[in-house]
Amino acid sequence: MAYALQQLINGLTLGAMYGLIAIGYTMVYGIIGMINFAHGDIFMVSAFIAITAFTLLAAADVTSIPLALTFVLIVAIFFTSAYGWAVERTAYRPLRGSTRLAPLISAIGMSIFLQNAVQLTQGARVKPIPPVIEGGVELWSTPAFTVQIGWTQLLIIVTTVALMIAFTWMITQTAFGRQQRACEQDRGMAALLGVNVDRTISFTFMLGAALAAVAGVMVTVYYGVVDFFIGFLAGIKAFTAAVLGGIGSLPGAMLGGLLIGLIEAFWAAYLWAEYKDVATFGILCLVLMLRPSGLLGRPEVEKV
Amino acid sequence: MMLSMEGVHAHYGHIHALRGIDVAVQVGEIVTLIGANGAGKSTLMMSLFGSPKASAGRIVFDGEDITRLGTHEIARRGIALVPEGRRIFARMTVLENLQMGAVHADPANYDADIARVYAMFPILQEREAQRAGTLSGGEQQMLAIGRALMSRPKLLLLDEPSLGLAPIYIRRIFQIVRELNRDHGMTILLVEQNANQALRVAHRGYVLQHGEITLAGSGAELLASPEVRAAYLEGGHG
Repeated sequence: MAYALQQLINGLTLGAMYGLIAIGYTMVYGIIGMINFAHGDIFMVSAFIAITAFTLLAAADVTSIPLALTFVLIVAIFFTSAYGWAVERTAYRPLRGSTRLAPLISAIGMSIFLQNAVQLTQGARVKPIPPVIEGGVELWSTPAFTVQIGWTQLLIIVTTVALMIAFTWMITQTAFGRQQRACEQDRGMAALLGVNVDRTISFTFMLGAALAAVAGVMVTVYYGVVDFFIGFLAGIKAFTAAVLGGIGSLPGAMLGGLLIGLIEAFWAAYLWAEYKDVATFGILCLVLMLRPSGLLGRPEVEKV
Repeated sequence: MMLSMEGVHAHYGHIHALRGIDVAVQVGEIVTLIGANGAGKSTLMMSLFGSPKASAGRIVFDGEDITRLGTHEIARRGIALVPEGRRIFARMTVLENLQMGAVHADPANYDADIARVYAMFPILQEREAQRAGTLSGGEQQMLAIGRALMSRPKLLLLDEPSLGLAPIYIRRIFQIVRELNRDHGMTILLVEQNANQALRVAHRGYVLQHGEITLAGSGAELLASPEVRAAYLEGGHG
């Protein structure tokens, strides 16, 4: 029981990060109907930006952890959004209006490019940082096992919940959110009403990248190591989360992320830890075969 | 002059859809465009928005050459379209659809504009919080018109507004067109298959055939013209 509770906490932490990345996949799919396979690598880039920012702070002798984290978050969000914008501008926009396959191939190319660029400039070895936040709270102690939630875990879960609430509010309640949803449903009509569709798409990419950046900072702080290849696996898992929740659905991406995180944690704890990635990809296959619209996707009836 | 198209050509894929169109709309006029299916009526409307772009000729709106502008920039100059098939945002609420119509409008006018639309279409106020996709066809058409009015357009384009609607809604639509023009001084360009009703409500009309204007005149003249009668009025469209 105590062991299961611990896995729940670990799974939630993992799920929060997958959920944040998954939102980027689902939003981009919603608005331009393509899977942005470079999104996982955008996340990887953000982790490197976070490492660089931490290194700079260490060099400047900043010791306040809240200050450091805020600074790193802002820097990572800013630069990662710029990456998101640039990727869309250079690799996808010129292909808009061509076949559906073209931007997909371009995305895979962009993914390989980012991985190699980081490998060349940052090196192929894993980069460690010293633990930023140590310790946690003991929630429950039995003779056999002690359940603990780390401060980092708590911070990750709380930040993610807050971000998701803010994000849902933005999409459902603000003028930008409305325009974003309108573009999702009928880009041509949105333009006829005066919406700058290109700018809305750019902004969607930047938002997705910003959320991935938060996840990138979290991963850096949580695991303390990054390398140029982390975007691949995290990206595909977040993509699986988006598909599980129903690609194109925002609450779906959040729910999917959570479920993938939990499944991975429990699978690793009770079945075979070395096969935990198989669990995720098995789910991807099952969902695609049995319920391609996902848990919260919409095969919806509309009057025409 | 509100709008003039001068020798406009446009292509839709490989089809040469518009072949040298000259159309003019004066301030305060209702102008109608009639023609058979596939004559190029919708293409003409969409070409005003640069989609497809004119391959030759020019389009001047309110004194400005808009031929090369992007779709959203043209909309922001003050042209609003009620498109064929309505194209409301089905998964958004009625109110959100109307708000989308006000994307480039002055926020200071928002309350007055929404009150005006609700006064014109009380059903929209009743259904304000409902998803637009659940409205009936006629109600969706009202919503599409309301959405277009939210931006206070200088020129309103209506593309087949009566298509597929019950007779009661068709009457209401033509009544609205007349009211908008008479009471609000709205300039309107109306594309219709329902040539009889359209010519009755319009000041002037154009007949479009195979991408060319073949006939132009006042509504009454066109109604009386033997060619129009033979092609569009006595074939069961009236």
